[in-house]
Amino acid sequence: MPDGAKPVLDVRGLQTVFRTRAGDVHAVNSVSFHLEPGELLGVVGESGSGKSVTMMSLIGLLPMPPAEVLAGEVMLGDVDILKVTPDQLRDIRGRRIGFVFQDPMTSLNPVYNIGNQVAEPLRRHMGMNKSQARARAIELLELVGIPDAERRLADYPHQFSGGMRQRVMIAIALACDPEVLIADEPTTALDVTIQAQIIELVKELRTKLGMAIVWITHDLGVIAGIADRVLVMYGGQVVEQAPVKELFANPQHPYTRALLKTIPSVTGQRETRLRVIEGQPPIMGAAPVACPFMPRCAHAFSRCGAENPQRRAIGAGRVGYGHDVACHWDAKTGGPADA
Amino acid sequence: MLTFTLRRLLFAIPTLLLISLLIFLLVDLAPGSPLSQIPLTVPPDVRMKIMEAMGANEPVFVRYFLWLKQFFVVEPLVLWDHWWGTAYSADMQRIVSWQSRSPVMDTVVQRLPQTMTVIGTSYILGVMIALPIGIYSAYRQYSWFDQIGTFIAMIGFSVPTFFTGLVLILVFAVNLHWFPSIYDTSLRVTDWASFTQQVKQMAMPVMVLALYNAAQISRYMRSSMLENLGQDYVRTARAKGLTERIVVMKHVVRNSMIPVVTVIALGIPSIFGGAIITEQVFRVNGLGALLIGAIQGSDLPTVQTLTFIFAVLIVLFNLIADILYGLLDPRIRYD
Repeated sequence: MPDGAKPVLDVRGLQTVFRTRAGDVHAVNSVSFHLEPGELLGVVGESGSGKSVTMMSLIGLLPMPPAEVLAGEVMLGDVDILKVTPDQLRDIRGRRIGFVFQDPMTSLNPVYNIGNQVAEPLRRHMGMNKSQARARAIELLELVGIPDAERRLADYPHQFSGGMRQRVMIAIALACDPEVLIADEPTTALDVTIQAQIIELVKELRTKLGMAIVWITHDLGVIAGIADRVLVMYGGQVVEQAPVKELFANPQHPYTRALLKTIPSVTGQRETRLRVIEGQPPIMGAAPVACPFMPRCAHAFSRCGAENPQRRAIGAGRVGYGHDVACHWDAKTGGPADA
Repeated sequence: MLTFTLRRLLFAIPTLLLISLLIFLLVDLAPGSPLSQIPLTVPPDVRMKIMEAMGANEPVFVRYFLWLKQFFVVEPLVLWDHWWGTAYSADMQRIVSWQSRSPVMDTVVQRLPQTMTVIGTSYILGVMIALPIGIYSAYRQYSWFDQIGTFIAMIGFSVPTFFTGLVLILVFAVNLHWFPSIYDTSLRVTDWASFTQQVKQMAMPVMVLALYNAAQISRYMRSSMLENLGQDYVRTARAKGLTERIVVMKHVVRNSMIPVVTVIALGIPSIFGGAIITEQVFRVNGLGALLIGAIQGSDLPTVQTLTFIFAVLIVLFNLIADILYGLLDPRIRYD
C-alpha cells in the first residue's frame, strides 16, 4: 500500500465508555487507525480487548446509553461521522459501510424471508422498487455463492445452514456496494471448513469489488491468511500496528509476542498443554494511567506503572503507517526503550 | 396447515367429551336441589312429580347422555331449522332450564349480545391500548412514560374489577352524573340519542375491563419487546441503515407479537366467564349474570350448558392461537 494514499476511513483518538451502575468502563481508549482503499486490516486481541466496541462505536451501533463516545473523530472520506445527525448516519450505515456480525444464527430476523432481508438496504438506500430489488438480491446471493438463488429468496433463515446464513449476511452487507466492510468475527461461530470457505469468499469478493475491509478476530491464523496489516488491541487501546508479515516476523509488544506463542505448532515437539497468557484482560474503570498489560507482562519495569506508553514507530515511517508499538520495553535491546 | 387444523379439530372431540363429562359430574355432585326454591308446603308426591317431569330423578349417566344428545344433535338442528325454515327438530326435547322452563339456548342467544357488546368492546379496546403502550414502554425502557405505564398497569392488574367498578360508579354516576350506574338491557339503538345513551351506559363497564385487560397485555407486550430489542437481528437491521420506525415496527414487533398473540387469543374465552363480576357490578344482563343466577338456583342444565360453551370457546381459541402462531412464525410449521 502506498504510504500517504488518502484513507477511506481515518479514526483518531476514539474514546468510548460504558456508563454502568457499577461505574464507568473505559472500553475504548484513544484508538487511532486508518484504512486505505482496498486494504484488509486485521484487528486482533482477546475477548474484551475492545475490538468490537471500537468498530461498533464508530458507526453508532452501540446502545447509547449506556455507551457514550467521549472523544475522537472518524473521517469517512471528508465527513466526520461522529458529528453527523442520526439521519445522516443511517444514510451511511449499510450504504457506505457494511457489516457482517459474528453469529449468523441470530443475526437474521427469523420471521422474514431472505429475499425481504436482502432487499431492505437496496430499497432503503438505492431507491429500488420491489422488482429491481428482487433482481439485485438474486444477483447478490449468486455473488456470495448461494446455489439456486432465485428459489431461495422465499426461504427463511432457519432453512439455511450456518455457513449459508453468513453468506446471506455478506450479501446484505455488500448490497449497496460499500466502501468499507466491517466484519466482526465473521467466522468465529462457524466450524473450520465453513470458516475456510467464508474466508475464501471474502478474499474473492475483495478482488472483485475492491472495498476496504476491517476484519475483527481473535484467530491469528485467520489474520495471517488474509490481512494486509494488523492492529493488535489490548485494554481498549492499540498496542501494536504493523504489516502482517512484519508483525509475525518481528513482533515488538510483549502482548503480541505472547499471543503468537499461544498458537499451537503443527511441527516440532508436541506440548502437553496449550500455552496461555496468564491472568485476565483488564476492565478499565478509569482512563488508563499505566500500561494496561503491565500486570501480565514479563518485562514490566517501574516506568510501566507510572505512564501509559504512547505508540512509537519502529524503524522508518511514522506512527500508524509502517510498524509501531505502544510499549516502554524495547524488544531489540531487551531493555527500556528511549523516552 | 390445513391438515394440522383438521387434526387438531379431531383431537378436540375427545377432549371436549371428557370435559363435558367432568363438568356434568362436578355440577351433579354440587350440593343443592332443583326443588330448593319450591316452598316446603308442596307435598312430597308433588315434588316427586316435578322431579320426574324435569327428568331430574334419572341416574346421572342417563341424564348425561340425554344432555349430550340434546347439545350435539337437537340444538344444532334447532339452529338449522331456524336458519333454513325446515322442521327437523320439531318433536325433539331441547335442553330446558329447570328455573325458567324455557330452552337454555334461547336464553343464551338473548344474553349473548349484551356480553359481546360490553365485554367484547372492552377487550378490543384493551388490546388496542395495550399494544402501543407495551411497544413504546419497551422501546423507551425506564423513561417516565414507561414508569407511569408500569404504575398504571400494576394498579389495573392488582385492583379487582369490582372495586374499580364501584369507584367509577361513585365518581361518574353518583357524584358527576355523567353515566348511568345501571345498564339498561332493553335499550334499542335506533337513532343518535339512543346511540349516545348506549355509549354512556357502556362507558364504565368497558373502562373497568379495558383497564384490566390492557394492564395485563401491555406487560406481556413490553417484556416480549424487551427480549427482542436485544437480539442480534435488531443490530443487523440498524446496520442496514433502516430507520428506527422500521427497525421497531417491522422487525421487533412481529417477533414480539408471537407469544403475545397466544395470550390475547387465550384471553378471549375468559371474556365470557371472567367478566361475571363486572356484569354483576354494572347490572349488565349478560351470560355472566345468567350463570350466577343458574348456580344459585341449582339449575343444572343451564350451568352445564354454559360452562361447556366456555370450554368449547377455550379449546377453539387455543386452536386459533396455534394457527396464528404458525402464521407469524415461519419456524413453526405444523405439517
